[in-house]
Parts: sequence; structure tokens; C-alpha cells
Amino acid sequence: MINAALREIPEYIKGYGKVKPFEGAFKNINKAQKANVSLNCKSSNDDKVVSSIEEVLKKCGIRDGMTLSFHHHLRNGDYVLNMVMEEVARLGIKDIKVAASSIFPIHEPLVELIKSGVVTGIYTNYMSGPVAQAVSLGYLKYPAIMHTHGGRARAIESGDLHIDIAFIASPACDTYGNINGVEGRAACGSLGYAIPDAMYADRVVAITDNLLPYPLCPIEISQEYVDYIVAVEEIGDPKGIVSGTTKITKDPVGLKIAKLASSLIEESGLLKDGFSFQTGAGGTTLAVAAYVKEIMKRKNIKGSFAAGGITGYIVEMLEEGLFTSLFDVQCFDLKAVQSYRDNKNHQGMSASMYGNPHNKGAVVNMLDVMILGATEVDTDFNVNVTTGSDGFIMGGSGGHSDTAAGAKLSIVTTQLIKGRLPIVADRVTTVTTPGETIDAIVTERGIAINPKRKDLIEKLKGSKLPIMSIEELKNLAVKITGIPQRYENNGKIVGVVEYRDGTVIDVIRQVQ
Amino acid sequence: MEIKRIAKCGTFESNDIYVIVEPNSDGGVEINLESIVMKQFGEQIKKTIDETVKSFGIKSIKITAKDRGALDYTIKSRVETAIKRAL
Repeated sequence: MINAALREIPEYIKGYGKVKPFEGAFKNINKAQKANVSLNCKSSNDDKVVSSIEEVLKKCGIRDGMTLSFHHHLRNGDYVLNMVMEEVARLGIKDIKVAASSIFPIHEPLVELIKSGVVTGIYTNYMSGPVAQAVSLGYLKYPAIMHTHGGRARAIESGDLHIDIAFIASPACDTYGNINGVEGRAACGSLGYAIPDAMYADRVVAITDNLLPYPLCPIEISQEYVDYIVAVEEIGDPKGIVSGTTKITKDPVGLKIAKLASSLIEESGLLKDGFSFQTGAGGTTLAVAAYVKEIMKRKNIKGSFAAGGITGYIVEMLEEGLFTSLFDVQCFDLKAVQSYRDNKNHQGMSASMYGNPHNKGAVVNMLDVMILGATEVDTDFNVNVTTGSDGFIMGGSGGHSDTAAGAKLSIVTTQLIKGRLPIVADRVTTVTTPGETIDAIVTERGIAINPKRKDLIEKLKGSKLPIMSIEELKNLAVKITGIPQRYENNGKIVGVVEYRDGTVIDVIRQVQ
Repeated sequence: MEIKRIAKCGTFESNDIYVIVEPNSDGGVEINLESIVMKQFGEQIKKTIDETVKSFGIKSIKITAKDRGALDYTIKSRVETAIKRAL
């Protein structure tokens, strides 16, 4: 069948089940149900601290076929997922589904577990590195299910994704299971992505290298959700926890794109008192923040909030009074961690509060401007951030689709050409975010506005910005690169891309 | 014209192509290409290399090219320089 993003998808996918096709970005936001949670209650003489991962797995009743969840605040420095899965494998357990909010190169040991059948399913919002390669090459038994950050929270809260045991990597944890992310050698700041897991999993295990006396202060995830605590030597490598991407680009092309994007924001009329804003942590999107900051200072504009994964750069904008507060689901660098710990206007948010379409209102709905990246964009404004042009999985939505749907103005910033590949093409390899939620594409050679945004096009009449149609932008790219050869991929389905409402927006096929 | 020795041109930088040319003892034009955009532009790159070789009237050559997303004019100039260094 053909879904609303004009992608051909099967009605039934082996290992996934019956497909609910994507019907449009705002078609399924109406009523929702939340799942019941079954739990084992504790009395005053129960001890929660357990001596080893093996013992805690046994206490949680580990068995074949279970779904184990992990969160990704320790990023590419995370030891917890590997340490737990190694023990699961050692116990001879098979057919495990790993629900990790993101998977990084450090999780390479999963590849062997996939090949040996210990792991047969993956739910994630983003994956890069050897695991993504192995999935692309068809090693995983069932198709990997790719969520958005908000969509994962929705799936957990609705019961679509039932978690048997959640493992919370805990930079600080007390002996009764109160957790925060701001203290200890592996301090990572906000634990926003782990909150739905803690609230809805059958069993919740805190893994910590910083076991402290009761009670911990401050508390991000509280004792009422935590079954057991295991103290280990190290939960992660601080060097891998802090992202290396949080520097403003020095590349002149990136700076030109950022400058154009900031001018577009200024001319959109949204940049006034009360302005709210989000960028990713990439060098170009951070440069947009730098230019927006200049404009805000020049015009004496006081914004309301910035959100998302928070970088030191956004913290500086808070400290300079350009925003009243921050909403933080994940800290990208140490400066963000410190600010999150010390500044009461730097607030945490859960993945659900951030982007879940099926709650009573997510933060993304309050965003004025969102700056996004892209691997490919098509002439319907659909964006791919999931696969490379070679078909290999190299990312995923993360918050891309959630913020694009929520923000008043969602701007994709990208080079028009990367390594000879035209980024604006007739057809993207994979649709991650539907074009109806993308308002503008900004490249170094021109800006395309989604024709659906008649109001914005009207507003920009007479603008000196290099505005053109998306077809013109595509032709500009192809004139330089030549027309790429098309190749059809009819390989088996190795990934299912779920939109934030749980419908299927696209599938990923095995790389031939 | 005849390829007399091994010569190279280019870098492994993004958007460049690294070209090695050498005499081909088997005769004929032999092109070994690796490219990060093989699926999309492999044929086009080989065609550009082949045309550049032919423009010199060279009948026997072995070319090894490692492409990092070079555009046609870059490919042409890297191949041309490598050939001139090998004559």
C-alpha cells in the first residue's frame, strides 16, 4: 500500500506485524490510552541493593524473549548496555529485544549477540556505527523499529512497547533508588529519556558507580519507580559522554547557511519578545544560534525558552538573559551539565514532556523556531536523517520529526551538495520526517519555502534572500553533480520507521 | 602517447580523487575505481576517466582511482596531471 508520505509499504511485515500506515502528521492526535503497570511493592524491611548484575537479572526473572531497555545519556561513553547484555548472554538467555533510546559505536559488542541470536530485536531512535551496519546488512532476526524521541515515549506509555526490565545508568544513586545525573564521575545532567522507562517498565534497575547514603538530593528519578540497585566499578567513560560536536562550525559554507537561516528567522516575524528556539548540536545549527544571538542582542529581544539537547552555547544565551529558561532532555557537554545542576531556570524534561504527541501537550508544541539537519531532502520536502545515500542506517529521527511537527517554523539547514551527492533530490532513500512538517530548506545556494506555507511566502515577498522553488534548488544541485543513477532496492525489510504516532512512514531494506 | 612510469595525482580529501597511473603490460585501458558514490556516479566517473585517457590518444594504461566525491572537472584534471607526469 502507499502511505501519506507516498511510500510503498507492505500491509504486514514479518517480525513486526500488521502495519498501520502513516496518514499525515496530525491525523492521529486525538485520544490516547496509557498502559497499566504491574509492580512488586516493597515493605520497610526490603533491601534494594543487589550485589551483581547476574543476581539482579535473576531477581527480575530474566528469561528468553524479554525486552530490556536502556537510555543514551552516557552517549558514546556508555558501559551499561554492554555490561548488562554480556551477563544476559553468559546466562544463556536468547531472543532478547533491546530497547535502547540510541545506539552508538561503543555498543559494537551487540553485533556478536545479534549474530548468535541472544538479541533478535532492536527498538531505537537513533543508531550509528557497527550495530547500525549489522542491522543494515540483515543480521538482526526481526526488523529494527526506529522511533522518534517523542514516539518512543508514546510507545512506552501506551503499552505498544512493553519493557520487562529497564536499566537506568545512574551517575548518582542512593541506597533506596533515588537517582540523579548531576553528581559523580559519569555526571551527564538530565536523565529525560530514561523517565518513561522508569515509570512504565515492569522492573527497574539502577546501575551506578556512585552509590550514596539515603536520601539523595536532588532527585531526578525517584525511589517509587526503582526495584533494585547494582553498584559497579564504572558506568561510563566521561570522555565519551561529552559530545564532540558542540562547536560552532568554521567552515565558510556552513557559516553562510547559518547566516541565511538566521536572516530567514528574522524576516519570518517570529523573532520578537517571547521567542522560543531549538537547535541540534551540529556545527552549522550552532552557528545559526550564534547569528540569532547577535540579532537578539542588537534588537534587545528577550526570548522565552530554548529546548532540546542542551549545549554550552545555549547555556550562555540563558546566562546572558536572552532566554528566561531552558528545557533539557539531555546535556551535550559539561557546561550544560553544570548549568542544569546549578541554575534553577535550567529545567529538566522527560522524553514524553519533550515530544510525545499523545500526552496533554509536549514542549515541541510551544516552539517557535526549530533548526534541523538533513542527509537528504526531496522535492516534497520529506527529510531523511535515518540512512545514508548508500542505504546504510547512520542515524534516525531522534527529536527531528517531533520538533518539526511542533514548531511554528521548522528550518532544515544543509549543504546543497555533500561529497558529490545532491542533497535535494527527487526522492529520499528513507523518509524520516514528512514534508508537510518542514517549512523551509536553507542551503548555501538558495532557500526553498514549502508551498503549503502561503503565509510565509507572502511575508517574504520583496525579501533579498535567495528564495527559489525546491525544483530550482534541486536543478542547481544536479547541474553541478550530474544526475545520480537510481537504484531500486528490493531486499528484505531490516528496519521499520515509525512516525511519532506509531504509524509506519517508511521501511529500510537490506543493503545489497 | 605512451605511459612510461608510475605517477600519481590528487589527495584523499573529501571531494577530491586520488589517481595512480602506470604502464599496463596486458595492453588496453584498465580502470580500477573505488568511490564513496559508486552506486550513484560509478559509471559517470569511469566515463570521465576514459574520455580523458582517450583525449591523449593513450591505448595502454592502468589507472587506479580512489574517489572521495570529486566533481567531473576535478576528476579530469587529476587524471590529466597524473598522465602528464607518467609520459
